Amino acid sequence: MAVDLPENVFMTQLDAAANWARSNSLWPMPFATACCGIELMATGASRHDIARFGAEVMRFSPRQCDLLIVAGRVVMKMLPVLQRIWLQMPEPKWCISMGACACTGGVFDTYAVVQGVDRFIPVDLYVPGCPPRPEQLLRGLIELQDKIKKTGTFTGHEFGKRTLPEGPLPMAADEIRRSKQEQLLFQADEQ
Amino acid sequence: MPFTLSELATANSTDKDYLWTLNFGPQHPATHTTLRLILTLDGERVVNAIPDIGFLHSGFEKLSEDLSYNQYVTIVDRMNYISPLANEIAWHHTVEKLMEIELTPRCKYVRTILAELMRLHDHLLNVGTTGLDLGAFTVFLYAFQQRELIYDICEYASGQRFHSSYTRVGGMLYDVNLEWVNKVREFIKQFPKTHAEIHRLLTRNRIFIDRTKGIGVLTKEDAINYSVTGPLARASGVVRDLRKDEPYLAYPDLEFQVVCAKEGDCYARYLVRMQELLESVHIITQAIENIPGGPINVDPDGKAVLPTKTDVYRSIEGLIQHFEIMMPNRGFVPPVEELYAATESPNGELGFYIVSDGKPNAYRARTRPPSFIHFSVFPLMMKGHTLSDVVAVLGSLNIIAAELDR
Amino acid sequence: MTIEEQLVQKFGANAFEFSQFRDNHRAVVAIDCLLSVLTFLKNDAGFDQLSDITAVDYLDFPDAVDRFGVVYILLNTQTGERLIVKTFVNDPHPEVPSVFSLWRGADWLEREVFDMFGISFKGHPDLRRILMPEEFTAFPLRKDYPLRGRGERHNFPVITRAES
Repeated sequence: MAVDLPENVFMTQLDAAANWARSNSLWPMPFATACCGIELMATGASRHDIARFGAEVMRFSPRQCDLLIVAGRVVMKMLPVLQRIWLQMPEPKWCISMGACACTGGVFDTYAVVQGVDRFIPVDLYVPGCPPRPEQLLRGLIELQDKIKKTGTFTGHEFGKRTLPEGPLPMAADEIRRSKQEQLLFQADEQ
Repeated sequence: MPFTLSELATANSTDKDYLWTLNFGPQHPATHTTLRLILTLDGERVVNAIPDIGFLHSGFEKLSEDLSYNQYVTIVDRMNYISPLANEIAWHHTVEKLMEIELTPRCKYVRTILAELMRLHDHLLNVGTTGLDLGAFTVFLYAFQQRELIYDICEYASGQRFHSSYTRVGGMLYDVNLEWVNKVREFIKQFPKTHAEIHRLLTRNRIFIDRTKGIGVLTKEDAINYSVTGPLARASGVVRDLRKDEPYLAYPDLEFQVVCAKEGDCYARYLVRMQELLESVHIITQAIENIPGGPINVDPDGKAVLPTKTDVYRSIEGLIQHFEIMMPNRGFVPPVEELYAATESPNGELGFYIVSDGKPNAYRARTRPPSFIHFSVFPLMMKGHTLSDVVAVLGSLNIIAAELDR
Repeated sequence: MTIEEQLVQKFGANAFEFSQFRDNHRAVVAIDCLLSVLTFLKNDAGFDQLSDITAVDYLDFPDAVDRFGVVYILLNTQTGERLIVKTFVNDPHPEVPSVFSLWRGADWLEREVFDMFGISFKGHPDLRRILMPEEFTAFPLRKDYPLRGRGERHNFPVITRAES
């Protein structure tokens, strides 16, 4: 947000009004890659009807959205696209990581799949399940609305404070070790 | 105003500077999934379309070398996620052929019913989203309402509504009961009504016809030459259906027709899918009334099939056999051989080529993915059409990214 | 006349090694006469559809002699007959003639085999990687490539809240 205020100025009523408005009119950007995307479609379709929670306006242009739903596994070739979409979304923005694959890589512990999008972009809420039922996603949406109501500010400076990524380290210890071993082997081969 | 800029180009304009390039995807609502097209356009007309895929390549085939024949079913599920059970049935069909296991009649019928339910599942989503892309949102809601009912049936049988992982080598995870049979009966009783409604909404809709008729034509020769199978090939006049040509499961006992069309355009593909929905209902109607009794799994003495949970908990033999199959470094071993077998999945011929080295996991398990092969025809279908037809053709191809890239 | 007899009549009995498993009929062909055999099968024996091309890396396979096997699954759409043609190639430069001129469907299938195994197809008009990114150097389905990769999946910049 462009409003710059000193740290010691609090605008509680204004914050509450902004949070109420923001949390009840989330515009999701469905980043649907795989199976979870179909459940996301089911959430928007007749039986479950995400419109009851004010989030039915699925916009496929990141410029118009404030909630990124990463539904499905993200692979090496797709991650730069995801990061670019995240950067294109205007503040204030939130991110839901939907499904086991987006949260941790799920069953796909392979060479191509990114082991959790939270290693590379900030994530506000995780919805587990493979894929999560539509009810689970709706519950996640309600939780996110709750989070926005509790922690949001009018100026949005809570986003600026979180400078560190919240996920685990990009490279696990065993992989660093393995890559070093391979490097040594490679050097031995050359000699 | 002309559609194409080449008509405006003067004689002294340099070589094809009226062409421009448009990037389509990988995150675009009409792709439904993750694929990218680089379109060369002359005004509004598509001169060339170059597909760029691999945005969902997650190493399925590498994983198959790591997991046992029963475990890999959970991964196969996630391949064509519009019709998960059809993939499971195809995978275990190949494994059972490799190990020469003959299924019990009851299992054959239950699998047939599930396979046909999955065909409904797949075609409903395809018809619904084609409508959605071409501006008919209502069809999407009608189709999804029916899909939810199929989800309920799967959930009742297996416990999971989406990725059921319901088949096992030589049988199923659980047996079905009368309640499930009644659920299926109820479903097929009310389905033709929705089918007729979708027909009324789309089939004679002027806008829909204008946007699909004569668009994306695939001739019979091209369909064969480009390895196209399934509803796409049948809409182009290739009379080939593995359910008839290489009968498996309970299909030889059941009466149904192979739906074909001659035109090979998007409208013909839509009509073929709509008619196949009715044929599937016809198959289920016959099969559900004739499910044979008896066990659902083949005799577990063959050392390949899991014993029932009652046996595992109550008898030492059952427990030992469960351990023999489930523990790492144990399990059943197929012969050291290679085998290709295929089934007619909703999208086309879904085959697996398994190389076995006599271990509990496959040495290599190649998938023949129909979506991958169908998408390679896209540039041919797209030549000369306008930009707005890209969506119609993509919708009629029914590309599922996870199957496209694996 | 069965397809095996036709092939023997045309190319001689020494060129092939026939076998059958369940309902699969297979013919192993040497790499030199692969293209002429496939041309004969397409043009004269009526195998008008190429169901699939795949490859197998026999590095860890017990008693295997050659490194790679390339498998062609052919289908006669008139009779429904299938034939599996197989050939073997070896390191350091595994190369197979392309069948793009016979079946157009071979285009992407050959590109996928190249992408996953590094087997190049001589005469293919556009042999690029298809599934993996262009800058990827390894061939993932080879047996000497680990399942979890060599850390490529972690090699991306991290975006924090403050940066976005």
